[in-house]
Amino acid sequence: MSATPLLQLRDLRVAYGAIEAVKGISLELAHGELVSLIGANGAGKTTTLNAIAGTLGTAGGELLYEGKGIEKLPAHLRLRRGLALVPEGRGIFTRLTVEENLRMGAYCRRDHDAVEADLERVFTMLPRVKERLQQVAGTLSGGEQQMVAIGRALLSRPRLLLLDEPSMGLAPLVVEKIFEVIRSVAAEGVTILLVEQNANLALEFSQRAYVMESGRITLAGSGAELLADPKVRAAYLGE
Amino acid sequence: MNELALAIPWLGKRNPAAARWVVVALAVGAPLIAMLFGKSWVRILDFAMLYVMLAIGLNLVVGFAGLLDLGYIAFYAVGAYTFAFLASPHFELHLPFWLVLPLGAAFAALAGIILGLPTLRLRGDYLAIVTLGFGEIVRIFMNNLNHPINITNGPQGINMIDPLVLFGWDISKPLKVGDEITINSLFLYYYVFLACVVLSVILVQRLQVSRVGRAWAAIRDDELAAKAIGINTRNMKLLAFSLGATFGGVAGGLFAAFQGFVSPESFSLMESIAVLTMIVFGGMGNLAGVIVGALALTALPEVLRHVAVPLQQAVFGQVLLDPEVLRMLLLSLAMIFMMLLRPAGLIPAYSRYSRPELVVGKEAGR
Repeated sequence: MSATPLLQLRDLRVAYGAIEAVKGISLELAHGELVSLIGANGAGKTTTLNAIAGTLGTAGGELLYEGKGIEKLPAHLRLRRGLALVPEGRGIFTRLTVEENLRMGAYCRRDHDAVEADLERVFTMLPRVKERLQQVAGTLSGGEQQMVAIGRALLSRPRLLLLDEPSMGLAPLVVEKIFEVIRSVAAEGVTILLVEQNANLALEFSQRAYVMESGRITLAGSGAELLADPKVRAAYLGE
Repeated sequence: MNELALAIPWLGKRNPAAARWVVVALAVGAPLIAMLFGKSWVRILDFAMLYVMLAIGLNLVVGFAGLLDLGYIAFYAVGAYTFAFLASPHFELHLPFWLVLPLGAAFAALAGIILGLPTLRLRGDYLAIVTLGFGEIVRIFMNNLNHPINITNGPQGINMIDPLVLFGWDISKPLKVGDEITINSLFLYYYVFLACVVLSVILVQRLQVSRVGRAWAAIRDDELAAKAIGINTRNMKLLAFSLGATFGGVAGGLFAAFQGFVSPESFSLMESIAVLTMIVFGGMGNLAGVIVGALALTALPEVLRHVAVPLQQAVFGQVLLDPEVLRMLLLSLAMIFMMLLRPAGLIPAYSRYSRPELVVGKEAGR
């Protein structure tokens, strides 16, 4: 009965040379879900995300997107199938203007009219960004850069958005704004896999979550369950 | 064309149209002005045009795609030697230039891919070291491939290379107009080189605003993000290497025909560094800046040669400092002052990969 999950990881392993950073993890995302992957520094969260996006190769296991194995598919072709990554540390094009950055997101698209419409949609979602279209992106504040990075990813019309630590290095107030944006993106039906160190916020916002520890998934459950879990509270929420 | 207007910074901002005409007039009239100082200056201008082509090509790789290449002169060497092999008594081959020049460009492009493939994962300093090694390997090959079979004629180089012959017209011979006027071949070469430069400028400007140019800009700023927005970074980097190399190859072929002689010493590491210095000095990533940089840094050592020696003789009665030593000294000083005063070069590149006309407008508004 259940539909094919949008994304499915089966015993996925990722290695840097001889060192295995992700030691066989399995997880899945249904269409339209907002799922987060939390864990400490070095747990393998970013590695997992990069393997899904294709910027890192896998060392074993299966990576299924819409039911099809995409382990061998290069990163630029995964994007064309609707898999967009917002890299850690924002990864915007610092020497281009904000508008150029956003338009870069539509690099692979040919439907120019739809791109213009999507651009308008992104503007309504990110009013701060619209005010700064002609500014060189490297001169934006951290929060604004993060918004540009998310906006850019949205312009590729993703079906699965991979967010790598959008809260990194941002003031709490700014983080809240970013999460508001993420919530509105999810409300549009985009499936989101969120990697976060800010466990509290991530769990509050997501329907389900996985906890990762040194390359393995140790806990899984709904956001609320994990928030209440004493182990999670002790390890990630500082209690 | 507006980038060209920027080559004259003050006028370019206020009156781009006038600046453009000044640039055109200067480009066309340059050899006539140079002639006033003697024929050798026209020759220097011809070389300057070749350096402009090299700078435009290297700028594609370093300025647009952000791949630091310290062995760029190798592609110049490939183009020059291809020309020398196929159009000289060395192998008893005298193929026409319209065949040899594209072949040289194609071999250079191939060399670019050969360099690009193993260095795809490298960036910055690491890439610089490998490309530096590549440049030296090519030079050393040229130097030593006279044993056991003589291919390159070793350090002696290859002599008596065919000149450019356009539609049966040998431009290395003076052109007679009527009975009175003869046009020196140096002028003819200048205009042929100028045509090549103009063609390169147009090509590169189109490239910069194309999808390819945007992809390069993205890779230069953040390679991971470029991948994440669906750019095939591998192909785009190879394309940058090979297209950049193509310009080097064409310039090399023209150099061989113009000089009539090639030898490995023309392709030393210092030449690679000189071309890189030109684009850093002029403004990496900005076409007008790169051209101005190439012209300025080709002219500077020549001015030195013509001024420093007589000056020293007049003042000290002997030559204390060799002009070549002075050249390096002044180049380094020029670079140091540049880094202190205008770190982005004489005419800095702006963020825009697209619509350079907006750059002019924006600048004027500041």
